[in-house]
Parts: sequence; structure tokens; C-alpha cells
Amino acid sequence: MEEKQTIIALKHVTKSFEDGVTVVDDFNLDVKEGEFITILGPSGCGKTTTLRMIAGFELPSSGEILLNGQDISLLPPNKRPVNTVFQHYALFPHLDVYDNVAFGLRLKKVPVETVNRKGEKVIKMKRLPAKVIDEKVARALHVVDLDEMEDRDVSTLSGGQQQRVAIARAIVNEPKVLLLDEPLSALDHKMRKDMQVELKEMHKRLGITFFYVTHDQEEALTMSDRIIVMSRGVIQQIGTPEDIYNEPVNAFVADFIGESNIYNGTMMSGTTVRFIGGTWTCPKEEGFEVNEKVDIVIRPEDVLLGQEGKGVVDGVIVGKIFKGVHYEFTINVGKNEVLCRDTHDHEVGAKVSISVEPNNIQLMHKKLTINEFTDAVIDKANNVIIGEDAYECDVTQLLTGSHLDEDGYLISKDGKKYDLNGCPVIAEIALDKVEISDDLSSGNTQGEIIAAVWIGDHYQYIIRTEDEEDFIVNSPYSWMVHDTVALSVAKEDIVLRLKKGIEDYEID
Amino acid sequence: MSKSTLTLNERRLKRRNIAYKTMGQCFIWLVLILMYIPIMVLIVYSFTKATNIGTWTGFSFGLYSDLFTSKTGHEIMVALGNTVLIAVISAVLSTLLGTCGAIGAFYSKRKAKEVIETTTQIPVVNAEIVMALSLTVMFVFIQSYMLGGSNVFGFWTLLFGHMVLEVPFVYLSVKPKLEQMDPALYEAALDLGCTQGQALRKATLPEIFPGILSGFMLSITLSLDDFIVTAFTRGAGLLSGDKNISTLSTLVQEKIKKGPIPPEMRALTTLIFVVVLLIAIGITIYRNRTVKKVRKGREG
Repeated sequence: MEEKQTIIALKHVTKSFEDGVTVVDDFNLDVKEGEFITILGPSGCGKTTTLRMIAGFELPSSGEILLNGQDISLLPPNKRPVNTVFQHYALFPHLDVYDNVAFGLRLKKVPVETVNRKGEKVIKMKRLPAKVIDEKVARALHVVDLDEMEDRDVSTLSGGQQQRVAIARAIVNEPKVLLLDEPLSALDHKMRKDMQVELKEMHKRLGITFFYVTHDQEEALTMSDRIIVMSRGVIQQIGTPEDIYNEPVNAFVADFIGESNIYNGTMMSGTTVRFIGGTWTCPKEEGFEVNEKVDIVIRPEDVLLGQEGKGVVDGVIVGKIFKGVHYEFTINVGKNEVLCRDTHDHEVGAKVSISVEPNNIQLMHKKLTINEFTDAVIDKANNVIIGEDAYECDVTQLLTGSHLDEDGYLISKDGKKYDLNGCPVIAEIALDKVEISDDLSSGNTQGEIIAAVWIGDHYQYIIRTEDEEDFIVNSPYSWMVHDTVALSVAKEDIVLRLKKGIEDYEID
Repeated sequence: MSKSTLTLNERRLKRRNIAYKTMGQCFIWLVLILMYIPIMVLIVYSFTKATNIGTWTGFSFGLYSDLFTSKTGHEIMVALGNTVLIAVISAVLSTLLGTCGAIGAFYSKRKAKEVIETTTQIPVVNAEIVMALSLTVMFVFIQSYMLGGSNVFGFWTLLFGHMVLEVPFVYLSVKPKLEQMDPALYEAALDLGCTQGQALRKATLPEIFPGILSGFMLSITLSLDDFIVTAFTRGAGLLSGDKNISTLSTLVQEKIKKGPIPPEMRALTTLIFVVVLLIAIGITIYRNRTVKKVRKGREG
């Protein structure tokens, strides 16, 4: 089979809004003709904005969008040979099914050759004759399985039927690309499953390029030829569903696609990596240095349970859920949790060992830009607990304009009261904001330097505390590996983010 | 359930419910009677020729024939013509203006939208006399400083006055419809090949049409009833030549300065009531009609 043509290309597309927020940052993508391509990401990651730029509802701040090699970035939506299926269908309520589907056709003008009074042949733009429109509408309704429904008012249709009308209304115009903006999100679970299969079949039958946007990873994996995972306006990974699932390039993708165990680890040698208190054999991969900090992803179905002492690490089963085909176990290994899927039953409280096939340990480079502690918690005194150590921090940053009252409750601008005790947060500390000192009595905690690298004008240290939290620290001063040092962080240098909405912590 | 199985409490509850229901119905009837008795009295007295209301000089259609033949009757008909003419023209223009304004404001930036909203809504809550007086002062100002003293008061000033009165109400009835509308509808129309104008016509307008219609009806009512703005802004009329233009409200006011309410008015108001009643019944029937849909032009 010959190589398919590129139908849509996005080149360095960037979209910033007036308030300076960049929602799509340097987006590059080639879409082949007839492909089913999906942008997947959490809400607010810029996926819908990307789609809207292709549709023409938003103009890119820079970069260009090419359709068959022609720049269409600045064309209005009605001049673009693409059609959209909207999230909430956007059917015209004052029109019935037939008129909704025929809407686009009635606006269309096609060149028709006629003979004028002088007997010359001229090309005139004419509207489509009613009979042609009728045939096309009937065909489109047949494709979406809605024959005999053309006289119904759209308000009398079920969600699934409205969905089909929206698709028929778009495909009847024979677009080069069909854009679908979370079209299944308003349907119930069962309906959604059925429509996924139908959409995929429709795609095969029609042969047009589908450009799909969703936050539902399962939907993306089921239907797509290729998936683009986006986060905060940036493409994280482009690949086939298999690639994305089996070889996520970073912790974000791994976490977003399917359930996974993600750990911080350190390379011990070319083929061994240390995490959750054990040393594991991993596939030899280029580009990982000894003592490099890495992210490790293990899919729950790849975790093998065995008799205590026979695996790499031992743990205790603390949770069990029956899922039909398999059980889902939660196993505590030290303070880490391991999620495991196994078809064999084990009792809660049983001690088991854990091992993983080397090939199923996915190593990923860690971006050493910031210390991020994803399982930090706020305590009663409004300190943040990282690992087992308390750090003073400023919790009022979690809510702009708020302050603390004398009882330690957070009071918002409009007088609402919040109790943050036990609230899970993500704590970030910049690499150069952690102070290292030889005076072990000072500082928040102590740790051992396990790696030291000279980077141009400063050292980068990895310091492991007693409770196995790793801090990455930039410092101009020299320490030796295996030195024990004290760490301290100033109150204002700890950046906090809530994991849940602030409203969950409101009290009267 | 047979009666004997009801406990004492159940029976008491049942009695109380019936009492409440009866009281509620009585109240509704009382309100309805209070609303319609004056009209009924008026209708009854439109069939007698007595000048003073309260005296019955025998049944006659005299007032109705006077309405179309007498001198006062003629004045009333001219005033009616003026009233309807002003109402229709001003309502059409205000609806156009108010709808355009609402659409424009809706798609404006937030700051601009807020400013437009506040400035248009002040006249709604403002006392009508303030508006009427300020209009007069403005017209006098234009008359004496810009037109060298020639009289500007007339049909056009009256029309302008009524439009000032009506536009905010049209804006107010169109705006919520725009806010309820799914913004994706307009985008969907663009996506299917509409130019911006076509999208507005084919997607937005049908959605907000109920709001436009109620704005129009509100304008008609406001204009028909208006006395204050009319009294302050009228001049020579289109229908009645060089005198001050008269609408029904100003005519009645002029007449009662000199004597009793012209008895022909009783016949006219009865006729107006009947027309309004017929329209209301017509609308109800139209709404409740069973829609029989014709299958689309499918051939064969």
C-alpha cells in the first residue's frame, strides 16, 4: 500500500489568550488521510482549543494550519472543508431532523454549466436541486441508522439519537476532516460503549479523517489509530494506542493512560534500578546513567505475587476488590502502595512477595526541574508533611486573598471557613531553594547524599532522607557522596497545590 | 377503601384538605370578580345613551352608531387612529433597535456589555415623568438653538418619545433568550457553511424569536397606554392636521377638563375589549391545535 497523503498539518501552532495564558504551545502534527486521530488530555489541557483552531472558531496566535498543503489558519469556518460534531450536539431546535441534516447542503453552491441567451456556455454557481439534497440526506440518515426519523422534532429524540443526527448533519457535507469534540460525553455508559463501536465502523465505511477530542482514555484506546496525549498545552506523546499504553514516555502519560504504579527510582547500574526499597532488574536501555533519577511505571497486571521472601520485595495485602475476571489487590510495601491485578485469590492481610518481569519495568527520564512531592499532606498546625517530616509553609497560597484565623482555620475573602487538616496536596520546591548544612541539629530533616554531579557552575545533589524521600538540590558548595547533611526549606519557598477542590474542606 | 376503615385522623385530614381547597377557590373567584366587574359594568352601560354613568335610559345601540357618526365620535376615531399608528410604528422600530442592541451587547466584550446594560436599564426604573420632561427640554433646546425657533413638536417627536420608552423593554425581553441559547448553535451554523449574517438569521434569530415577539407586544401595550410621554412630546398630528395630535388617553383627559367622559368612549372601550378577547382566544386555539405534520418532499 502506498503512503497516505498528509491531509492536515499543524506547524508550530500556538494559542495565547489576551490575558497572557498560553493554552496551546508549539503544537506540531501531521494527520494522514483517513486516519482516526485522538487528542487525549485532562480538561483544560488545550485539546478543545486545538480542535477549535482547526474548525476556525479560534485563530492561532502563531504557527499555521495546512489542509492539503494550503494554509487555512485564517479562513472563516464556513470556508473550511471540515465539519464539527459538537459536545452537546448543537442541533437547531426549531428545525426537524431532516432540516437539521439538510442545513449545510442548502447553503452549498455548486458550479453548473448552462447555456446563456447568446448560446455561449457559462459556469454558474447554483444551489443544489431539492432531489439531490433529498438523496444525500436519506443516505446520511441511513449511515447513522436513523431512517424514517426525518420528520421528528429534535427535542423528541433521545440523547443517542440526537448524537446520530449531529453526526449525520456533519458527514452529509462530505467534509475532508470530521472534527468530534467529546461527542460521547453526554451519553450514559452503555450508550457510549455502543457508539464507540459504531463511530469506529462509520470511520471505516466513510473513509474520511476523524479528528477526535476526549478526556476518556478508554475511548481513545478503543477507537484511535493514533493518540496525542496533551497536558498544559504541550504534546506529551504521539503514538499508536499500544505504544502509548506500553511505553509511556513520562509519568504523566503513564498515569493518564490506564491505571499504573508510578515510583521514583534511582539507576544503580545499567540493568538495575532501585525503588520501593528493592533493587530490580530492568531491561538495558541506552541513555540512563548510574545514579540518575528516573520515573518507573509498572502496569498492575504485570505485578506478580509470590510466597513471602521469594520476590524482590515483600508486602502486605491491605485491600482486595473483586472485578469479575480478576481481583485487584492493594499491597503495602513499606510506605509505598502497589496496585496489582491477579486472577488468583489472596486473603487481605496475607504477606506476599512482589516481582516483575524486567521487560515490564518501564523506565522514564525524570525532568530535574523541580522537587515535586505528590503525596504531601497538610497537618493540624498548617505545616506540610513530606515523607514523615513537617515543613513550615504558607497555606494561604491555596486560596487567593485568604488568611488564617487564630484557631488555624483558613478564612476566604468572602468569609468562608476551611479546615485543611489532613488535606492532600502537591508540594513543589525549587532545586535551589533547599539549603544544605553540616550542622545536623539545624534544618527540617537529615539525609544522605547519594549522588553528586557538577553541572557547569554548581553541583546537583540527590539527597535521600531517612524516610526515603529524595530531594534534588542545586548548590555551589561541595559535599561528598555518602555525607549526611541537614536540609531546610524556607516557608515561602514551598509551593502548594490542592489535589481536590477547596470546597471539599469548607466547614460552617 | 371503604369508609369505615378510615381512622378518625384520616377523616379529619380529609375534611381539612377540602376546607383548604374551597378557601383557595373562593379566593381565586374573588380576584377574578374584582378584575372583571368594572369591565362588565362598562359593557352593560355601553348599551344605554345616558351621559352620566349610573342612570339607565333604556337599551339602545345609540352609542355605537354615534361612535361612527357624531362629531365627538369622529374625534375619538381620529385619536384611535393616531394611537394605533404610533403604537405600531414605534413598536416595530423599537423592536428592531432593541433586538440589534441586545445582540450587539451580548457579543461585546464584558466591560462594554456591562456599560450598555446599565445605561439601557436606567430608563426602566426611572420615573416616566423624568423621561417625559427631559425629552421636552431636549426638543425645546433643539428647536430654539438648532432650528432657529421653528416648531419641532409633532408626530416625529411623539414617535421618538415612545421609542425611548420602549427600547429598554425590548432589550430586557430579548437578552434572557440570548443567554439561554446554546452558544454552539451559532458556531454550528458557521461550521455548516453560513456566513456570519446567515448564521445570525438562521440560527440565532429563530432561537430568540419568542423574546423578540414578547418585546414587540410589550412595546405595543406600553405605547397604547401611555399618557405622560405623549402629553409632553406631541405636536401637530399626521391624521388631524394642524392641531395638537391626540391619542385616546390625551383626548379623554382633554374632554374631562370641560365635562363628562364622552359616552361614545364606553362603546369604543367595549369594542377594544372584545377585539382583545378574540385575539386572546385565537392565540390559545392556535397554540393548542394538534400539529399535523406534512412529510417532507420525498418523491416516490
